[in-house]
Amino acid sequence: MSNTQQMVKELVEKHGRERTNLMAILQGVVDQQNHLDDQAIIEIAREMDLSAAQVYGTASFYTFLDIKPRGEYVIRLCRTITCDMKGKREILHTLENLLKVNIGETTPDNKFTLLETNCLGWCHKGPAMLINNKAYTELTPEKVKEIITEIKHKS
Amino acid sequence: MADTKQLKRVDIIFTEDCNYKDILSEALQSSNEDIVQSLLNSGLRGRGGAGFPTGMKWKFTAQEESDEKFIICNADEGEPGTFKDREILFKVPFKVFGGMAVGAKVIGAKEGYIYLRGEYKFLLDDLQKHLDEFHNVLDELNFDFRIKIVTGAGAYICGEESALFESMEGKRGEPRNKPPYPTTYGYKGKPTVINNVETLVYALMICRLGGEKFKELGTDDSRGSKVFSVSGDTPIPGIYELELGMTLENFVEEFGDGDTKSVQVGGAAGFCVPRKHFKDTIIGFEGVPTGGSMMIFNSSRSMYNVIHNYLEFFEEESCGQCTPCRVGCQQLLLGVEAVKRGDKPIEYLNELLKLTETMKMTSKCGLGQSVANSFASIVDNFKEEMIY
Amino acid sequence: MSKMINLNIDGIDVSVEEGKTVLDAAKKIKVKVPTLCFHEDLCVAGNCRVCVVEQEGKGLIASCAMPAQEGMKIHTNTLKVRRSRKHIIELLLSEHNADCTKCFKNGNCELQELANEYRTGNQVFLDLVPEKNYTVDQSSPSIMKDDSKCIRCQRCVRTCEQLQAVSALAVANKGGNMKISSFFDRPMHEVVCTNCGQCINRCPTGALIEVNDIENVWDAIYDESKHVIIQTAPAVRIGLGEELGFDPGKRVTGKMVTALKRLGFDSVLDTQFTADLTIMEEGTELLTKLKKALVDGDESVHLPMTTSCSPGWVKFIEHTFPELLDNVSSCKSPQQMFGTLAKTYYAQKRNLDPKDIISVSVMPCTAKKFEADRPEMTDSGYKDVDYAITTRELAIMVKQAGLEFLELEDQKFDSLMGDSSGAATIFGATGGVMEAALRTAYEIVTGREVPFKNLNIEPVRGFGGVREATIKIEDPVEDWKFLDGVELRCAVAHGLANAKELMQAVKDGKANYHFIEIMACPGGCLGGGGQPIPTNQAIRDKRAKAIYEEDMDLPVRKSHENPEIVKIYEDFLGEPLGHKSHELLHTKYVARERY
Repeated sequence: MSNTQQMVKELVEKHGRERTNLMAILQGVVDQQNHLDDQAIIEIAREMDLSAAQVYGTASFYTFLDIKPRGEYVIRLCRTITCDMKGKREILHTLENLLKVNIGETTPDNKFTLLETNCLGWCHKGPAMLINNKAYTELTPEKVKEIITEIKHKS
Repeated sequence: MADTKQLKRVDIIFTEDCNYKDILSEALQSSNEDIVQSLLNSGLRGRGGAGFPTGMKWKFTAQEESDEKFIICNADEGEPGTFKDREILFKVPFKVFGGMAVGAKVIGAKEGYIYLRGEYKFLLDDLQKHLDEFHNVLDELNFDFRIKIVTGAGAYICGEESALFESMEGKRGEPRNKPPYPTTYGYKGKPTVINNVETLVYALMICRLGGEKFKELGTDDSRGSKVFSVSGDTPIPGIYELELGMTLENFVEEFGDGDTKSVQVGGAAGFCVPRKHFKDTIIGFEGVPTGGSMMIFNSSRSMYNVIHNYLEFFEEESCGQCTPCRVGCQQLLLGVEAVKRGDKPIEYLNELLKLTETMKMTSKCGLGQSVANSFASIVDNFKEEMIY
Repeated sequence: MSKMINLNIDGIDVSVEEGKTVLDAAKKIKVKVPTLCFHEDLCVAGNCRVCVVEQEGKGLIASCAMPAQEGMKIHTNTLKVRRSRKHIIELLLSEHNADCTKCFKNGNCELQELANEYRTGNQVFLDLVPEKNYTVDQSSPSIMKDDSKCIRCQRCVRTCEQLQAVSALAVANKGGNMKISSFFDRPMHEVVCTNCGQCINRCPTGALIEVNDIENVWDAIYDESKHVIIQTAPAVRIGLGEELGFDPGKRVTGKMVTALKRLGFDSVLDTQFTADLTIMEEGTELLTKLKKALVDGDESVHLPMTTSCSPGWVKFIEHTFPELLDNVSSCKSPQQMFGTLAKTYYAQKRNLDPKDIISVSVMPCTAKKFEADRPEMTDSGYKDVDYAITTRELAIMVKQAGLEFLELEDQKFDSLMGDSSGAATIFGATGGVMEAALRTAYEIVTGREVPFKNLNIEPVRGFGGVREATIKIEDPVEDWKFLDGVELRCAVAHGLANAKELMQAVKDGKANYHFIEIMACPGGCLGGGGQPIPTNQAIRDKRAKAIYEEDMDLPVRKSHENPEIVKIYEDFLGEPLGHKSHELLHTKYVARERY
């Protein structure tokens, strides 16, 4: 049994085989490997008696269920007007310069993916971003540098 | 002008001056009829934005015969400019659970769900801990009810109730045709009450205050108070619980920076009110309603940037199934860009305004229907900013 | 009787049964509300919004999705309704590659029809087509998927899910990027698509069409060095008329033969000949398996045995139940038996070099194109069937040749391989193969005709999703004594969703049938993916009626009594399941991935 098969099997056993558990299972895969690859989707479809296209179609609806390879740390910078008004563009430039990638791209070492996302619900403390599930608010270029440096040094 | 209120801060949602256990324990001993009557008396309307009377929702669902019913807390707070549900779930989660339990008792549900938006996943661990504690309290009170937290994954449309059910069922979050409504055909096709986070807390607190007391606050159409998320050009951004029925002028006096040009009430799906209308605009169902989002813009802001930002948002967050919303949003976005570039004459904005009318009348759900709100209110009031 | 709901539409009172929609009610007062995402065979989607009407006090509602309610006042033609519909059509056109003259569906496109009705001449909105990275998927030998023509009504998605339980196509992404997609947008040829073509039958535009071979077939006809023969499937003769001016349910066998001769085919032959042959081979295969299982106690025999003539069904089981492939009859489909014999038996008898024969088939089916392309389908030493065209493609050729089809006289099929029985005709309807097999097998075993009036085995007819029949064998002839008293348990399923349910029961050991007939398409071949568009139950009913009439009209009603069948065994094949049959008429299947 491949690692993917093992992972999916465990998730399906944990959550259940009915379609109501599909979201939890898809999220479980993303939590473990940052994105849904074709093998994972095929396995989920097989286990849940769905077609692979149906699982793919469902996953592709949700922004956080990435169907493209992502880095270990996925940065999602809020693009809503209120964050924009508080200096989001400067934050974006800082991130692009620090990571040497554009929006939508992943660093060559697969460490970071830089994305924009819709309202994160921190409008009173903008600009805001999520890194994986953690929220960072009231960002300044200095703060961003610290955050990224810290993550870089973590490994 | 109709009945208006002065801006007044209220402390019902976050108050620490009460014990949810006592309220719950008392409510569980009251009759369902009394609870529903109290809610109906209170005039409480849904705090997510659409404003359906909460008492009616509970009453209709209670009347349905079914082997299974559900109560769902809609914590998919995604409207740009709204962040109050996060704060409520963070600060007073037990009140949210308590409101759900009271609702479950009234409608006869054994299972409840909290649909937490993916962006708030960082709340999950603590929420789950509190929930375990809450389940122990339910056992103490001998009430057979369990809540499960499920998380969304980044789709604004899942805040629409039928899309939320679809998502919970493991499908794409595409809104359903209505009727049937959730009260008869909700999650898994069963009668379901779905309430916003804030609504559930108010429902619980009305059990304590009584419907009449709540009704004393606010206006005829907009009873009680509401939690506002204030952002943009304001020196004091944050979360405020205010009595409903104040004018926008009143609001801007308190929260503006002295140079307020317009306020977007109700998020991207809401209305943009220009300065000249602050005085005669009531924040509430008789005026401009809001799920809480209040974005303030001062004169340094380009309203073109604002509408462009909203249109990008809608173009991406439309579920894509119905024609007017899917294609309409693309046309509006590219249309304002074309006018700005000069590729289309300013008169083209009139075609786009007509298009938003069609979107309002024919879209399958509230998303497509509400694009017209911000588009028309910004384009009509700031036409010159669309070109220059 | 169900409750009646009273409403008023355009000032006219109308009553409909509870549960009917406003659209149904409008139909009743003879108002045609335009629709695109709506299809009678599918569940309501309510997503195109073109069917909006105005309800007093409510505004616009989607009539296809709105249940009729007591006291409703509806207006179908107000300013708001007209403007909105026009806007919606214009929006769809702005996303659509409206290069109609280059489109295969030109003239049979629901969007084109509406655009014409609403005279959407001047394009109000921006052309979005250049913004999109539309692609055309031409990987499949059967189905072409052109995203630039797609209006995202999801009729194909619902067809693939609800009728076929395949879901090779699903809705992917959201917002402006929403599209109809296979798994990770992989080429159609690589995914679970069964090539059944039911999506094509329900696509309102040219987004899903068959890969057409019209030019190739013309080229063959014009090539003087080639002997071009055509075989015609049973369901074509009761469907073709619909494309050429007749109402559904018209039998046009004789006119079709005439048209094919005038198109220039060197010989016009009948797939029904090999349908009869299939009965001989498959019937014998079933009886042999029963003998092995019941007398010899051979546990390696897999029962129930299922039919194998529907290539959509064959590919479905290869993907979905690969562990059950031993249950599938090893018989090639009638098309492929014909193809092999055309370049062996026919070539021999007619003294032709098989390399000079081009064998064409006209089929109610798009999966037949894939089947003809299967690498194992070359037992004659050549590609057994060179081109498989659909009923629709043939209709186009008839029109191109300028033939006034309505006026053509009737002619008879050529021979060799042009004779058939009524049993072969009913292959075109769900349950027909079962009925034909029982007519022959029962008689072989008992020496008597099947105990049904006029040989019509009514229990296996009709449109029930899964139908069952039991025939008790009494007093068999000497060779089949072991079957005395055996109840032969049969089941019939049509539409792959029904097939899946039935085969799941088989897999789970919950069904103990001996013989199962499965047709991939709803209604069987008469509702095939290559048949005229539109399709719905009323049309399929009429086609079925025509098929059973055709059966009654034929002098020979049983496959084993077809004189050409008797002759081919005498002259060429020897006996059913004999060495030559095995070599030419039987095949193997491959397990495929399910994605």
